[in-house]
Amino acid sequence: MVASVMSATEPKSARRRNWVKSVNAWLLLLPAMVLLATFTHYPIIATLYHSFFSLGRSGPAEFVGLENYRYMLDDDVFWQVLRNNFIFALATVPTSIALALLMAVWVDKKIVGRSFLRLAFFTPTVLPMIAVANIWLFFYTPDYGLLDQFLKSLGFAGHNWLGDPSTVMTCLAVMVVWKEAGFFMIFYLAALQSTPPELKEAASVEGASRWYFFRRVTFPLLMPTTLFISINALINSFKLVDQLVIMTKGGPNNASSLLLYYIYEVAFNFWDTTYAATLTVTLIAILAAVALTKFVYLDRRIHYQ
Amino acid sequence: MRKDSHSIETFAAWMLALLWLLPLAYSFWSAFHPSEYATRFDITAPLTLDNFAKAWSQAPFARYYLNTVMLVTLVLAGQLVIATLAAYAFARFRFVGRDVLFALVLVQLMIMPDVLIVENYRVISGLNLLDTIPAIALPYMASAFGIFLLRQTFKSVPNELVEAARVEGASSFGVLWRVFVPLGKTTYIAFGLVSVSYHWNNFLWPLIVTNSVESRPLTVGLAVFGAPETGVDWSVITAATVMTMAPLLLAFLLFQRQFVQSFMRAGIR
Repeated sequence: MVASVMSATEPKSARRRNWVKSVNAWLLLLPAMVLLATFTHYPIIATLYHSFFSLGRSGPAEFVGLENYRYMLDDDVFWQVLRNNFIFALATVPTSIALALLMAVWVDKKIVGRSFLRLAFFTPTVLPMIAVANIWLFFYTPDYGLLDQFLKSLGFAGHNWLGDPSTVMTCLAVMVVWKEAGFFMIFYLAALQSTPPELKEAASVEGASRWYFFRRVTFPLLMPTTLFISINALINSFKLVDQLVIMTKGGPNNASSLLLYYIYEVAFNFWDTTYAATLTVTLIAILAAVALTKFVYLDRRIHYQ
Repeated sequence: MRKDSHSIETFAAWMLALLWLLPLAYSFWSAFHPSEYATRFDITAPLTLDNFAKAWSQAPFARYYLNTVMLVTLVLAGQLVIATLAAYAFARFRFVGRDVLFALVLVQLMIMPDVLIVENYRVISGLNLLDTIPAIALPYMASAFGIFLLRQTFKSVPNELVEAARVEGASSFGVLWRVFVPLGKTTYIAFGLVSVSYHWNNFLWPLIVTNSVESRPLTVGLAVFGAPETGVDWSVITAATVMTMAPLLLAFLLFQRQFVQSFMRAGIR
């Protein structure tokens, strides 16, 4: 754009040079753009396109208009996984943020064994979700598992934690909070370390209590970080489904299934790819809405140009 | 009074840290002890490597390791080359359609390949690549995130350095190679660590596109091995789990500072 406007007023040789420059840039971008087009842009458009067609198991696929969407709106499982997803987000996002903030405040000050504490909090972040799921699966195993053995030693009865629709989501949420809190901690830590020390000195001269200082100074200063983390955690709650494959397969009776896992099931267990495409459109719409919110509320203030 | 609240906080922080390490500590306990000690915590329990030997012989973990290493290398190498070229174009060239193309790149930050599994499966199968390692790698090869990070780094390179290299007769590529790439070192390390951890741990997409020992990465291999219907002993499964996470965990313990800084840089963008 800029180059073409400028070239109108420049001599011929300069225009030629600009042209060569454009071609150069396009060539540099070619591999990236080809791959992005094949594995991001085309799939997005194809998802939308296929959501308007019948599966065509017997005969060719036919254009069915909004038929798949009508089916989706009538699909109880769809509403259930959507609800599960929002519950899952509500359960994991605020908890991991609160814990992350607590951890960050602790390891930011001079505390005994500070580097050990940081290590302990951050370690779950680098582990594969699938390994984590394996370990926690054993915690929750009825009777034989660690949690039940512990409760039994205290005189309580065993419980099928992952097999009971009323406990399964909480169990999974606890695990995900454990995995994510340390990751969010480092963003708070970075923000805390860039808080001007003069503020603290001023507050201590004024005789402000630590809690008051935190509430009136630190926490408001951390607001952009909190927003940033909330949005990332929210996106993660729609992306994280590895654990379901190992731990519950979405069960019992879809009580722990999430939208992306349902898409996976519909597409690769039932091979209903057009309905899976319809569900994917919903997921894309949600992610786009989150990203847009992020852009409007966050990126404008923390601009990165 | 002040002292008291401090020691209470220190105590609470330590309790939380120990609680946080508990799952990991437990997995090591169970992996290194005979299975009758899986839930019996006796300090005199004999240590053993039997569980590892069993896991190693019951499933082709050597092959899974090789697959994961190949996958991670392929993805990283591809990402670095492709993102470097693209970031250079965005940071240092003024050309027709630059803003539009950059917006098209950013789309991937919002809608990641992880959620486009249905159509990407179609594309990969159309390319006849199902059940291969490149099939796992390709959707991630052009990383919007890598392009974004490097573009920012390249933008901050002072013009004088570029001019100096040009005076010495360096071509466009020469400038890229001799000025930009060396100055991007920290960004490359940060991006590299994040990318390697991500793809070492990635699961759902590899599960979908692979179907044989020859292409399965460790994570998928572990899931197949640990599936309840196989009836493998719990201690052996934990040993396999420890094997899967050990390389990254070890790298993390050795290069803690770099890891934390890289994740931070990568997250903040």
